Amino acid sequence: MAEAAPVLVVRQLSTVFPDRDGGLQALEEVSFAVYPEQFVCVLGPSGCGKTTLLRVLAGLLRPTRGEVLFEGQPLRGPQRQVGLVFQKANLMPWRTVLENILLPLEVQGLPRPAALAKAQAMLDLVGLQGFAQSLPRDLSGGMAQRVAIARSLVHDPELLLLDEPFGSLDALTRERMGGELLRIWQAHRKTVVMVTHSISEALLLADRVLVLSPRPGRLCLDLSVDLPRPRLEEVRYTPGFAALSLRLRQAITLETPHPLPPPLKGRG
Amino acid sequence: MKANFLLISSSLLLALLGWHLLATLGGLPAFMLPGPLQVAERFGRALQDGTLLRHTLVTLAEVLLGLAAGVGAATVLGYLLARSLPLERLLSPYIIASQAIPVVAIAPLLMIWFKTGLLAKVLICALIVFFPVLVNTVVGVRSVPDDLRDLMRSLQATRWQTLRLLEAPAALPVFLGGLRIGATLSVIGAVVGEFVAADAGLGFLINVGRGLYDTALVFVAVFTLVTLALLLYGLVALLERYLLAWQRKP
Repeated sequence: MAEAAPVLVVRQLSTVFPDRDGGLQALEEVSFAVYPEQFVCVLGPSGCGKTTLLRVLAGLLRPTRGEVLFEGQPLRGPQRQVGLVFQKANLMPWRTVLENILLPLEVQGLPRPAALAKAQAMLDLVGLQGFAQSLPRDLSGGMAQRVAIARSLVHDPELLLLDEPFGSLDALTRERMGGELLRIWQAHRKTVVMVTHSISEALLLADRVLVLSPRPGRLCLDLSVDLPRPRLEEVRYTPGFAALSLRLRQAITLETPHPLPPPLKGRG
Repeated sequence: MKANFLLISSSLLLALLGWHLLATLGGLPAFMLPGPLQVAERFGRALQDGTLLRHTLVTLAEVLLGLAAGVGAATVLGYLLARSLPLERLLSPYIIASQAIPVVAIAPLLMIWFKTGLLAKVLICALIVFFPVLVNTVVGVRSVPDDLRDLMRSLQATRWQTLRLLEAPAALPVFLGGLRIGATLSVIGAVVGEFVAADAGLGFLINVGRGLYDTALVFVAVFTLVTLALLLYGLVALLERYLLAWQRKP
């Protein structure tokens, strides 16, 4: 895979949020590259800057230092070749399921018949054929997140960015959605960067897992996941899975030497 | 629904009966308190000779024009205030100060500046409608979820697309709440203007009735005003039902 040109190159990325104490450093000197059709998971404890990293990759947030190259070009803002999935489904409650999926195409100004055909195909892909005219309030959490995934794919982006997309779902739904996502990824072969705080979710889905340390987020492990595909739920119980789990667990624990937050600085 | 209707109509009937008994058995002269039958008779006469319709139409025109002007200005300014913090800091002291002054107090001023014609009444009406619609527009536009704003940005939506596809529909429920208040207030605005100086309109009719001790006519005008306000309110409620169907439980 390394011979193809990377989709995404991140170089010495640092992000500081200004505050009264001179700034809150969310990310520090993060560098990595993502290659076409790779499924990369970013793993780390809460508050380590995972979401910040994703927002930078989406072009929604400018990094304080460092740069991001998307398909060889410096990223200067949001890109239409990027699909975004948020922690919550983030649907428009006044639009039906089909209209929600249509939104990206509507913004791009695609003619209605072509847009409808694409949206319908996406609806089929996520298995919600009968719900085209339903409103978001009538959907379960898992169904709503499926609609969000369909919406993020409908304009056929190169890169899919997911921010803990299944974090708010119950454990069983979460496992099923992971499987769904794998199926969709295998069918469409997108490049995927997904943020998660679940070790097993990362190992089930990803080709590569990047581990971020607690704030300020630094890249502390870049682990290739060589488990054979297709990965079924049963892969969780194999020795290979267990060994990788342990490595990720250790990387996270080693980087968390102080379970308590550092004492507050006096206001000066 | 049917039980509701029964309840409302029976309470209305009871109120009318109470009024009737008070007027007939209370020993008050008709110029103090006319009974419902006298008011109904006066209503019939005012309707027949065309006075009521003529004055109602004048007030209605003032109300509708004032409502349109007030809502238009409040919506545009409200959107700008919601999207620009410096602008809000700059203008909000004036806007709040303008609300501390009762409209009744500045109505004579407006009459002096804009003469006694239609324009002055429309302005008073617009002024009174302006504030609730403005506040609700600001609150509505501010309530747009950040994640949905991020989504529109990530899709590289233009400003106009963001307004049309996200901000307008997201702010609509709160905005319509402001419109509901504004619609009923607009009737007050028109009457205040007519009280100060006018030669037509329901407020003028009340003044005339008072001058002639034609108290039944005052009642007729007041009830027409109430009906007008109820109709406007109902119209906005109907608009809400249609535009906010997605909020309703099936």
